Amino acid sequence: MKVWLLHLVLIAALFAAQFLLSPYHATNLARIMVLAVFAMGYNLAFGYTGLLSLGHALLFAAGMYAAGLSAQILGLTAGPALILGILGGGLLAAAVGLLALRTAGVSFMIVTLMFAQAGYLTILYFGATTGGDEGFTLPAASRSIAGFDLSTDTPRFLAALALFGAGLLASLAIVRSPFGRTMVAIRENEERSRMLGYNPFAIKLAALVISGLYVGAAGAAYALLFGYAGASFATIQYSILPMLYVLLGGAGTTLGPFLGAALMFALIEAASGLTSAYLFFVGAALVALVLFAPKGILGTIRERWVKWLP
Amino acid sequence: MAPLIETRGLTLYFGGLKAVDGVDFSLNPGEIHALIGPNGAGKTTFVSLLSGRRLPQSGTIRLAEEDITHLPAHARVRKGIAYTFQITSIFPRLSVFDNVALAVQSHGARDLAAKTRAALTRVGLQGLEEQEAQTLAYGHQRLLELAMGLALNPRLLILDEPTQGLAASEIEGFKALVASLVPQTTVLLIEHNMEVVMDLATRITVLNFGQILATGTPAEIRANPAVQEAYLGA
Repeated sequence: MKVWLLHLVLIAALFAAQFLLSPYHATNLARIMVLAVFAMGYNLAFGYTGLLSLGHALLFAAGMYAAGLSAQILGLTAGPALILGILGGGLLAAAVGLLALRTAGVSFMIVTLMFAQAGYLTILYFGATTGGDEGFTLPAASRSIAGFDLSTDTPRFLAALALFGAGLLASLAIVRSPFGRTMVAIRENEERSRMLGYNPFAIKLAALVISGLYVGAAGAAYALLFGYAGASFATIQYSILPMLYVLLGGAGTTLGPFLGAALMFALIEAASGLTSAYLFFVGAALVALVLFAPKGILGTIRERWVKWLP
Repeated sequence: MAPLIETRGLTLYFGGLKAVDGVDFSLNPGEIHALIGPNGAGKTTFVSLLSGRRLPQSGTIRLAEEDITHLPAHARVRKGIAYTFQITSIFPRLSVFDNVALAVQSHGARDLAAKTRAALTRVGLQGLEEQEAQTLAYGHQRLLELAMGLALNPRLLILDEPTQGLAASEIEGFKALVASLVPQTTVLLIEHNMEVVMDLATRITVLNFGQILATGTPAEIRANPAVQEAYLGA
């Protein structure tokens, strides 16, 4: 009960934040919420099921281009485009999973990385359609949902919040369900899970597809809310970022992805104001994390103080 | 009555080592069948073939007359073959409750909490539900492993050296528990403690160099000169 309350309080607090923040910061918060959906998807695969993927940029780009291209070429509006984006992420996750899940551990990292690179190169190869490196801006007409213009501040913020809220509550429901327990079981002891009658491949594939649905939604929302799709979102950097968010916030915690995304976003924002070498600060933060709180912020809090944290 | 498990010519070699060498074995429903033999006789490898953790190079395995030779391990568990590990294999960072709940929910999540508690009570771990499994005493971890096996509600429960490392008092409780499982569940027991074997088993099979040396009642096995020479003689 208090677990659900905690999550609802966070959503309510974010709703209230739009009235307190300047438009600039509110837009940043909307961006953080979309990136947090990305990270929540990554967390379901990595944090709960133990699948360390280095290829989630591919799924983000799948959502982004499924939504962006359908808006540009087919003239779809945000609602149907978002649904295509979600499906794009899920389908690609299934396709990659069918092959990559034949491997585990380091091999899985390399195979997923390879798929993501192939995806990135594919986007460049079809530059005439995708705009390649330069990308393309989404047609203004497509950026509306139920009559609200997503390129304006309040609808954009609320759309991001709605997606984030739905994703957060769904991820809480998943990890507290019997299936969530099975995902953790695979992470903790695959052989034991097998000898309890679970098919590890099927469970990992299901977890990866759910992850792909989240990440596809995030990619689609990013394009629709901020009006741009480009190949840079398919680069290795966008495979590493959700991992950093999750590690910082706490892998295998429901609120960790949001916390990590918010803090990392703030850190990059502050550091890039100081120097163009802002990645140095990101690296330093990671080293500190590994040294002092390898379970991330919420993972450490859960271990030391708040045992009931999901 | 048709045997619950029947193997024909079951064989697995590791290079030149004949770990399991043409074993014809059958298990009657409702019995406690002990598998004994010197270290390296192939006992664990043999039950790995039954549970599907390893696949044989030749031979067949039938479960209630159905050929399961090529079925993967998780599918065999769903058909009712449960295996408890020789080296305790639990989910160390999950709660005791979650460990057993995972076994219960693998065949349906109805009445999950009640069934989980029932399995824990059966092995005497009630009251420890919320404890992290890795913080349990070793004997309790063995019992947790057993509770997971029982919670699968198996037709065949394979126990691989279950009393290893248990105190004498714990062994008495364990014997009573296993005796209470039959005839609903059939038990295949790998065990080095001869007192446990002689007290519990209805039949005993002796493995040596991957082959069956003898099968019979405890009295027959004790009287068998070949067995005495290979194993009990000392």
